[in-house]
Amino acid sequence: MLESGFQDRKREQRMIATRATIAALLVILALGVLVARLLHLQVERHEHFSVLSQDNRVKIQPIPPTRGLIYDANGVLLAENHPSFSLEITIEKVPDLDATIAALSHIIPIDAKDRARFTRLKRQRMRFQGVPIRLNLTPAEVARFSVNGHRFPGVDVRAELVRAYPLGPYTAHVLGYVGRINERELKRIDARNYAGTHFIGKGGIEKAHEDLLHGQVGHQQVEVNARGRVLRTLESQPPVPGRDLSLYLDINLQRATTDILGERRGAIVAIDPRNGGVLALVSQPSFDPNLFVEGISQKDYHALLYSPDKPLFNRAIRGQYPPGSTVKPFVGLAGLLEGTVNAQSKSYCPGYFTLPGHSHRFRCWRRGGHGQVDLHAAMAESCDVYFYDLAHKLGIDRLHARLAEFGFGTPTGVDLAGELGGLLPSREWKQRVRNQPWFPGETLIIGIGQGAYLATPLQLAAATATLANHGHFIAPRVVRASRASETPQRTPEEPLPLVDHQIQVEDQAHWDTVIDSMVAVIEDRRGTARKIRSPDYRIAGKTGTAQVFSIGQGERYDADTVPERLKDHALFVAFAPVEDPRIAVAVVIENGGSGSATAAPIARRVIDAYLGGEPLPPEEEERRDGN
Amino acid sequence: MATNARSAQLDRGVDEPLPGPLRRLHIDAPLLVALLGLCGFGLMVLYSASDQSPAAVERQLLRLGIAFGLMLAIAQITPNRLRHWSPALFVAGCIMLIAVLVVGEVGKGAQRWLDLGFIRFQPSELLKLAVPMAVAWILAARPLPPSHGRILMAAIITMIPVVLIAKQPDLGTSLLVASAGVMVLFIAGLSWRMIGALVIVAAAAAPLLWFGMHDYQRERVLTFLNPQSDPLGSGYHIIQSQIAIGSGGISGKGWLNGTQSHLEFLPERNTDFIFAVIGEEFGFAGILALLAIYLFIILRGLVIASRAQDNYGRLLAGGLTMVFFVYVFVNTGMVTGLLPVVGVPLPLISYGGTSMVTLMIGFGMIMSIETHRKRVRI
Repeated sequence: MLESGFQDRKREQRMIATRATIAALLVILALGVLVARLLHLQVERHEHFSVLSQDNRVKIQPIPPTRGLIYDANGVLLAENHPSFSLEITIEKVPDLDATIAALSHIIPIDAKDRARFTRLKRQRMRFQGVPIRLNLTPAEVARFSVNGHRFPGVDVRAELVRAYPLGPYTAHVLGYVGRINERELKRIDARNYAGTHFIGKGGIEKAHEDLLHGQVGHQQVEVNARGRVLRTLESQPPVPGRDLSLYLDINLQRATTDILGERRGAIVAIDPRNGGVLALVSQPSFDPNLFVEGISQKDYHALLYSPDKPLFNRAIRGQYPPGSTVKPFVGLAGLLEGTVNAQSKSYCPGYFTLPGHSHRFRCWRRGGHGQVDLHAAMAESCDVYFYDLAHKLGIDRLHARLAEFGFGTPTGVDLAGELGGLLPSREWKQRVRNQPWFPGETLIIGIGQGAYLATPLQLAAATATLANHGHFIAPRVVRASRASETPQRTPEEPLPLVDHQIQVEDQAHWDTVIDSMVAVIEDRRGTARKIRSPDYRIAGKTGTAQVFSIGQGERYDADTVPERLKDHALFVAFAPVEDPRIAVAVVIENGGSGSATAAPIARRVIDAYLGGEPLPPEEEERRDGN
Repeated sequence: MATNARSAQLDRGVDEPLPGPLRRLHIDAPLLVALLGLCGFGLMVLYSASDQSPAAVERQLLRLGIAFGLMLAIAQITPNRLRHWSPALFVAGCIMLIAVLVVGEVGKGAQRWLDLGFIRFQPSELLKLAVPMAVAWILAARPLPPSHGRILMAAIITMIPVVLIAKQPDLGTSLLVASAGVMVLFIAGLSWRMIGALVIVAAAAAPLLWFGMHDYQRERVLTFLNPQSDPLGSGYHIIQSQIAIGSGGISGKGWLNGTQSHLEFLPERNTDFIFAVIGEEFGFAGILALLAIYLFIILRGLVIASRAQDNYGRLLAGGLTMVFFVYVFVNTGMVTGLLPVVGVPLPLISYGGTSMVTLMIGFGMIMSIETHRKRVRI
């Protein structure tokens, strides 16, 4: 009994020892599996996980460059960068957007306008890019959010530099403005260089000189934690700030010109003939570019877009008007250069002109006619018949070639975005576009700047400057020079390249013949712009009145019965002082009536503002004194 | 009389060395050294994982002191007395589990804590010890291997607390407690046929288990099967811990240099996922060293089990040792992606006191079983 119990206990112990051994083997087997797993993770796939771990902690962040500043010719700041705080939501990081915005609105006021902008910008965003829900936070609001920020993952206060245009509407058409990068621009730009940039130039200088103004993006490698917070910077390559631009534009003249133009619709361009620099470029009405920087509201935008006065339309470089009689100096010069006429050649003006073998009467603006006129008189009194005759003798091909030399028909190449080239008709153009042969009558109409002929105010100013320069055409430029910004020592300015050509003439005296005839427009007893004569300097100029619609044979134009929008455009081109030209001006007043009554006095006041002459006495409105 | 003679002969004990000073204190020297080494290494890792917080290390050190004290105290209790206490302890534990379900405090979405006024503790921890003790008590009362009736009793004793704990819900602990019962049965010589049957039953029960699971538990299982399905959500733990371990390579990034852990990519890095910190900072070599210590402790426990004086001691020592192993394997398997995420800490290394105290009490019992052996020659 005892022995068997003892034997049983021995057997039990052996059995348990066996089980313990089996258990030990199982343990070793299980740990073996674990070791195999670790070999797989730590040896076989080590490289893979190393890369993942590196990716985890190191993020490359772009550092956007600071946009270059824009100064006028006197060093006045026209475009600057203001620090601004905005509240941004990274939509991918927010679980419930509506609830987040609702909760946010308890600490920071968010109105319907903010929500509308948020909804609009949300559609245009890039992935994982913050969308602003509130702009221009006050310091108190920033502080209030900082205290509560931990409750809002994915919502951040972002400090950024926002473009500001202190002179607002005065510079809108020259500078353009910046706005958030949209999808179309996104496809065009170098995504790498714009990695941290939210704004891009949308017009004017801001767009034309985007490359200079933007600068080069910088990068920093930062170590981040799992919540994306930056812990430290490992490596950084600072951005190269955009270059500061200095303009030819004289802000004093720009303001004065804008105020002179006042409520009228139209454009004025003033150029320094010596270097092609744009001294003033005004298109009225204008708009406040600051509205566009952070995204304009739908309502404001529609108001601007659908206004009949088209404030967004840059008339100075995109407005294409029939130049009217302002082309007469260039047509006259073409006649002299081609030897078709000389200073003494005369035409007889009975008040109309007929082509040989035709009965159609091409009328002069003075129904009674000017009688015998030479170039000097024809220019001063703006006789149409003289120029019909001259154009007819030149023919369209020579006329086209000579006018093209002054820059008509092609964009001048000014450094502003969106310039249009007008239209200088030719035989080839008519065949191509209208699939019709050229009719001789059309040549006559071109000779007085009507018909299909279109030019922008900028083209007129550039052509006038070329005349003042005795044929030296310089493509107009707004920007004089660029300079690296934010460097300890002020770096030297680098002037922008100049595009020019010289109109070849055999006899330099032809220039003076034409210029003298333009002086007569102001100084002659019968000159169409005799009212603007200045005691301080001599002006060479030419009035122009461009028809907006055709007057039928035998009809008369009556300014009192024609609707406002169909009234003639008033034009004037001029340069001064004649002996040493420092300013060339083109004035276009939409539906302004006649060039002599409306446009010429405005040009005179602009020139006064620049040259500092004695002011013109109060305007004496005079209707239809000349063409 | 014969019995007395035999006893006298047995009592003489000829093959045992003279007891040293540690043995008189009822300490098993190899086990103590291994445990101290393990805990020392654990403190070092914790210092790194807690972002070099001396406060965290101090608190852990205090807990270790208490746990080692309890271990020494328990080691003084003879296995016989432990056996006598077994049923009462088990019943008390089950009552407390029921109390938890009725009045327990909710923490992290589960009812686990019981507030006794002066102390808050998890009764489920007590059951990690009470279940192997009770099962050993039941089985050791009759000759081994156990009869079908005994097996059934053991199964019932195991399942009552397992179900109660699973209802808290605490799937991890209930699995550990279940494994404690199973391990004791295995050591007790459960026939291979029964083991096979058990495996089949377990496989058949798996779908039932699935439907009984809470949503978050199902999600864990699904995530385990495909962690990439939700890399920033439920799969995040697994992916980040594998990145940590994998990027450690053979020799590791060096102590205090783990980027995954210090940059907070690794969640729960000083508790359940501390193994990933070891893998990242000490590499494959460091992990092998750690596993070697664990293996040594487990083998030492099994040696003690196999040469214990009576069946109760053998079953209890073997069962506790194997539960310790299950702890190690479930945690490391989870962190390396071999097993689904179950909230089980890495024994004696993870930050936190409860499981450490339980484990050390268990080692106290193992030491008691080893050191209270009468010097016997069999």
